[in-house]
Amino acid sequence: METALLITTTLCYLCGTVGYLIYLSKEEDPIHRAAWTFLFLGALAHTTAIIIRSIQAGHLAVSDSSEALSFFALILVATYLVAQIRFHIRILGSFVSPIAVLFMLGSSLLPVHMVPKTGIIKSAWVALHVTLLFSANALFALAFSAGIMYLMQERHIKRKSFGRLYLRLPSLERLDRINYVSIVIGFPLMTLGLVSGFAYAGTVWPSFWSWDPKEIFALVTWVIYAVLLHERLAVGWRGRRAAWLAILGFSAVLVTFLGVNLFMKGHHAAFVR
Amino acid sequence: MGHIALLGMNHKSAPVEIREQLALVCRSEAHPLQALPRLECVGELFSLSTCNRVEFVFTCNIVDPAVQEVKSVLLSHLGQPGTFHLEQYFYLHQDVAAVEHLFRVASSLDSMVLGEPQILGQIKAAYREATECNAVGVILNRLLHKSFSVAKRVRSETRIGSMAVSISYAAVELARKIFGELSDKRVLLIGAGEMAELAAEHLRAQGVRQMLVANRTLERAVELAKQFRAETIPFAHILDSLKTVDIVLTSTGSTEPILTYKDIKSRMRERRNRPLFFIDIAVPRDIEARVNEIDNVYLYDIDDLKGIVELNREVRHREAERAHHIVAEEAVKFCKWLETLDVVPTIVALRRKAESIRQNELNKTLSHLPHFTERDKQAIVVLTESIVRKLLHDPIVFLKKKSDRSTKQQFMDFAQQLFNLMDGPEMNASPLQGEEETYPVDLEAAKVSEK
Repeated sequence: METALLITTTLCYLCGTVGYLIYLSKEEDPIHRAAWTFLFLGALAHTTAIIIRSIQAGHLAVSDSSEALSFFALILVATYLVAQIRFHIRILGSFVSPIAVLFMLGSSLLPVHMVPKTGIIKSAWVALHVTLLFSANALFALAFSAGIMYLMQERHIKRKSFGRLYLRLPSLERLDRINYVSIVIGFPLMTLGLVSGFAYAGTVWPSFWSWDPKEIFALVTWVIYAVLLHERLAVGWRGRRAAWLAILGFSAVLVTFLGVNLFMKGHHAAFVR
Repeated sequence: MGHIALLGMNHKSAPVEIREQLALVCRSEAHPLQALPRLECVGELFSLSTCNRVEFVFTCNIVDPAVQEVKSVLLSHLGQPGTFHLEQYFYLHQDVAAVEHLFRVASSLDSMVLGEPQILGQIKAAYREATECNAVGVILNRLLHKSFSVAKRVRSETRIGSMAVSISYAAVELARKIFGELSDKRVLLIGAGEMAELAAEHLRAQGVRQMLVANRTLERAVELAKQFRAETIPFAHILDSLKTVDIVLTSTGSTEPILTYKDIKSRMRERRNRPLFFIDIAVPRDIEARVNEIDNVYLYDIDDLKGIVELNREVRHREAERAHHIVAEEAVKFCKWLETLDVVPTIVALRRKAESIRQNELNKTLSHLPHFTERDKQAIVVLTESIVRKLLHDPIVFLKKKSDRSTKQQFMDFAQQLFNLMDGPEMNASPLQGEEETYPVDLEAAKVSEK
């Protein structure tokens, strides 16, 4: 049942992505509506699948990399759907939906491990920790997409050579605004997510900080976004630099999230492998 | 009423004095549509008049007398005795050519500025007027609605309307790509040439409300400021104002650059890096070219803008070829529909439909009754045939009786809808379905083309 739902989800996301890529070159309402609906249906199927699995497992289904990737894809799509309703930035979908598809494919390629239940994972703290961080990461993914769009659009305008996308991409100020809003909301979420993680770690492990690679990379990521936000607010950084930093920040997110999960050991490994 | 004809003149066929006269007449009290009841040879009539064109579309049985009638209405309105020389400025299209011409006009392929969006709105307004006068019937209703949808198709399938074709409009479009909303932006005009004035007008049309004017001669600055409800600032304060403005338009006659890399670079921090867009339309240039290298600063000089306009024009012309193809295709489709709007094709289609239903149902029934003998089967075949024949008898007689009425098309159209005789789904669309859409207005282009 759940596998079928997950396959449906991936297919829906895939159709949505294809729709959004077509929409990139052909601005027609029905195409966007279809693509959005596909993403929406995918998100419904996805939510159902994750709820089923979580009920079976007795805790939020993020106990291995496969599940984590899948959960992140859901949060990303949901974040985009909400952002689209709220801010009407359709073209963002063309950049965000491929990321969701990649995560879904990654999730289905990774083997599913039945991790021995340690009891640690069962806590509501873990669900909170993961949900907060994933929401922050999803917003950072939006900032990352907006950053890429900004750099493309700025290149058009600065170099005075206008590619096909020039007409389709929104204005620089709008893209910069998306970047700003995503990070302003995402950063506190990330901070809360990290704090909840450390607090919980302090109760189940001897110390709240144990030089775990994931912890170190998470801190690096946090510092990158802290710098970006600080420079924005204090000095008025914006535009190209902010876009680059949002791209750098999301790369750090990916390293923290995937690189560490897949290639390094640490106590997070107990439940991410 | 078998023919559609189009009589008109446009900016290519007639000089502006003539068009002006005609447009004036069409806007006066004695609207040509009101003459329709007196025109014996003309069935339906639609008229469009803008500063660049006057077009009459009408249906008729025999073209020549109808054309003479329409012309005489026009000429009598013009009220000049010696106006026979007008004849040479008219063009006359018939049937497919007429349909195609109207579609081309609606899609703005016949406009002075290719692709300008104003014309479609003008046609819609003229159509509304024609419906109010009851001057249009089945054919022109469908023709006009079709012309709207063709225009829409051209717009969405080609990029003909999406490109700026004037320098000042190109600058405004760039500003929109940098800032998005312009309503809360401040504009500084340095120098007060004609081009600056045009660009400022565009910016105002895009919602810019705050403008500053700096000019070496105060008189001109005050004059311009009045026109745009702007403030004037002394020429020496330009550098200070860079902290608060977002768009700077320069057009002075200065031989030395008045804004340098250093001037601007040093002020970006104070601006908290908010983007700054310089439009330099002066020759020689007023702003150092290196300014474009500063982060969040964008500089366009007159050549850059000309480049964009040139590029856009090329694109438009390339796209126009694709648009012509769409228009020709749709015109042929429309005329096919028109041909079916006669008695014989309608009856043929009705019989064909009945026959195909009869055959299908017969085959279905007989395949369930294998034990029937040939005689039984024959009897059933005869039965179905006579039911169909008797059922169709009255409608067919009715249609035949209407064949010499002037309202023939209405009956044919109605019969076709009643029996669902049309093939394509678009042909089934009710002729009264209208669509209203607004397109972004290329102010200057529109001004030039269809005043």
